[in-house]
Amino acid sequence: MINNLHSRRGFLKGTVLATGGLVLAVQLPRMGRATGPASSSEEAAFTPNAFVKIDENGITLIMPHTEVGQGIYTSSAMLMAEELELRLDQLKVEAAPPDLSKYMDPILYDQATGGSTSTRSDWMRLRQAAATARIMLVGAAAAKWRVDPAQCRVHEGTIYHDASNQSSTYYDIAAEAAKLPVPADVPLKDPSQFKVIGTRAKRLDTPGKVNGSVVYGMDIRVPGMKYATLAISPVTGGRFTKMNEAAARAVKGVLDIVTADNAAVAVIGEHMWAAKQGLDALNIEWDAGENGAVTVDTIVAKMDQVSQQPGVVIRDENKAVDVIANAPTKLSAIYRSPFLSHSPMEPLNCTLHIQDDRAEVWVGTQVPVRTQKAVADITGLPPEKVTVNNQLMGGAFGRRLDVDTIELAAKLLKDTRYPVKLVWTREQDMTHDYYRPYYYDRVAAGLDKDGRMIGRTHRVTGSSIFARWAPAAFKNGIDPDAVDCASETPYDEEAVFADYVRDEPAGVNTSWWRGVGATHNLFVVESFVDEMATATKQDPLEFRRKMLTKNPRALAVLNLAAEKAGWGQALPPGRGKGISLQVAFGSYLAHILEIEITDEKEVRLVRSVIAVDCGVVINPDTVVAQMEGGVIFGLSSAMFNQVTFTDGAVDQTNFDTYRVLRINEAPKIEVYQIKSGEAPGGVGEAGTAAAAGALGNAIFAATGKRIRSLPLAEALA
Amino acid sequence: MTLPVCFSLNVNDAVESVEASPETPLLYILRNDLSLNGPKYGCGLGECGACAVLIDGRAVRSCTVPLGAVGARRVITLEGLGTPERLHPVQAAFIDEAAAQCGYCLNGMIIATAALLNRNTDPDEDAIREALRHHLCRCGTHMEILAAVRRAVAYAKVERARRSTLDGVSPKAAKEVSP
Repeated sequence: MINNLHSRRGFLKGTVLATGGLVLAVQLPRMGRATGPASSSEEAAFTPNAFVKIDENGITLIMPHTEVGQGIYTSSAMLMAEELELRLDQLKVEAAPPDLSKYMDPILYDQATGGSTSTRSDWMRLRQAAATARIMLVGAAAAKWRVDPAQCRVHEGTIYHDASNQSSTYYDIAAEAAKLPVPADVPLKDPSQFKVIGTRAKRLDTPGKVNGSVVYGMDIRVPGMKYATLAISPVTGGRFTKMNEAAARAVKGVLDIVTADNAAVAVIGEHMWAAKQGLDALNIEWDAGENGAVTVDTIVAKMDQVSQQPGVVIRDENKAVDVIANAPTKLSAIYRSPFLSHSPMEPLNCTLHIQDDRAEVWVGTQVPVRTQKAVADITGLPPEKVTVNNQLMGGAFGRRLDVDTIELAAKLLKDTRYPVKLVWTREQDMTHDYYRPYYYDRVAAGLDKDGRMIGRTHRVTGSSIFARWAPAAFKNGIDPDAVDCASETPYDEEAVFADYVRDEPAGVNTSWWRGVGATHNLFVVESFVDEMATATKQDPLEFRRKMLTKNPRALAVLNLAAEKAGWGQALPPGRGKGISLQVAFGSYLAHILEIEITDEKEVRLVRSVIAVDCGVVINPDTVVAQMEGGVIFGLSSAMFNQVTFTDGAVDQTNFDTYRVLRINEAPKIEVYQIKSGEAPGGVGEAGTAAAAGALGNAIFAATGKRIRSLPLAEALA
Repeated sequence: MTLPVCFSLNVNDAVESVEASPETPLLYILRNDLSLNGPKYGCGLGECGACAVLIDGRAVRSCTVPLGAVGARRVITLEGLGTPERLHPVQAAFIDEAAAQCGYCLNGMIIATAALLNRNTDPDEDAIREALRHHLCRCGTHMEILAAVRRAVAYAKVERARRSTLDGVSPKAAKEVSP
């Protein structure tokens, strides 16, 4: 067996610091409390951070966030290269070990990658870390040469004192620099001096991805490793009742059969094929348990009922209900958004080596600290005895923000003493997801005789992810994510009422899904804004423009998108354009989508125009890639996807029943970026959140049919 | 389940011996027995294309090809396509277009493009989209991948022109110019 763990030299090396190396423990000022959610880890202070490592291997960024494909390894390296005066290719990137005291995301209050917060979190602290390191290194060189540090300059990692014709690399002076006190409040470069930030730097991770040399969790090989695959009860809460162990053990190469909670079975083999054959031979029978009668219809019927009762009030201004009742034009609607699966291309997997006194895990996770704790809790080992080797991820979209899979792996493999790679088949992955919640929205609005929106109400009904994932952020019955972009809109609003009804679906686990709350709420709000325009015979663009008197950044992206999309120009029959406008993840985005209804009565995506103001742009190519990827991810789901249940079990099992928008079906996409000096906003999920509303509005423009439930394929059927 | 048999495979221009039952999908042999990471497990159904390899120059889904059906045919995986020093034109094009997000689907995208260029040296946009339509990408890298394939077509043309120039050089002349 080849040990490929070290094949990514200089990319994702082990997290053990080489002896004799210098770690500049950078003291960073504590950041102001962000508006993000607090979590149970609130007591962990944002104190000394260690992001820069200089040793004989070079200059390394110890990366607090994880790479799921969004390009954060490259853009965060750009932040650091800027202040360290390096070329991007001089900097190595290494995954940070689990350590909340150093690597906590100050918006998420966890060592987590999600919610499009990475650049917003790292924008200041990584530049400060790098600038602090540079000042210490220059200070050490100047002291050695007995010259004024201000007379020194740095170019590509080498410090020069031109007058005395002396120079030193960072590495050569690192040991001296480590003896200096860490300065506080270091000045950062003026943006006019940026050499790296704002450039179209090539991603650092592409070369390894085109030749098979990068290692994802799925690719891990450790000496002595065995392979396993598993079957989990098809219905949440179910139990196995019968299995043919003898038949499984008769399969050549099968080593062991392990179970967890009477609800999951794994077969361990010398070979993945042996494990798979063994699992099939088990012929497991299941008892569905209390959720055996669950269907989507039963879930939705309950939501319809509970959504008729008042929820927890989020926003209540100027008696919106009364205003609507007395308005000359009033309208109301129910919108429904389905359960959705993450289904990243890399199926779930976890490699574990549990020993008596320690454990080691190799997994791609968005939450390394939770991963460490999960293994510690199940094994009874102290967390510091659990080594987490975080891996590149073949996509995540929120799925790897949960550690249910790691907990299950630890339960199954608790008593094995050899390393095992446990792989979920696509079917096990898709049918045991933590799904994007089903949401049931009741909305109403009143407009005056001039067609001005004078009152709006919005009741969101659905699962609370925060209540489970970060209970501290679920305060007074309010889930801030569930109502994000529903209670607040970019528009001028006088009378607004928004409330939230928490309803947990029986037998369904729910979690974060790319675009989170904003994705579902923007579909509702932006579709309903279009309904208001239609009801008062106004152009959807003009209607929105008139309500943006206090939001110049939102108006600017809307105007730019409208101009580039040629809004108002005559279209051939069967075509339509739809708008979606948002302020989400700290970014402003307008999306105008053009579609065509083909002769076969199918929807063809023609052209997608996105205008985005995400503040200072670190790498314009990354912004484009995330806008394109986000909108395709959102369109794919809006057009085709839903997770349904029959007798408590998920109906969709693989990509044949959970369709992905194909390359030949993608629209032409144009992304326009507004130059801005504002602090960066998030981009990884913004495109996804802008997809469904624009699609529904375009369908309406083309056909006159209003889409109030997704997916489109079903709504049009 | 049939008993394991010893098979001789031609993978990346090396002869490899493996002992396995003939119905074992080729993907499992490549990943488990030969420690190759290029071909990826994505669906096991031939739906996503992440496991694609070239067999005699044509793209096939290794998760649906039984070992016993491979025979002596030439199997090329992503690892065998080029080297870091001498990239295959398709690999070079994907790097230059930064056409990877998570990158897990990229094996299939690159293999499919290499196979396309093997059968059609000058594919138009429709031929490109047709060649890739059965390869799934979840990140939504569709635009960058299409751009990379267009670029790969151009790179392959340059590569062919370079080769035909070399082919035109006589052995004697070649000897004279070599150091």
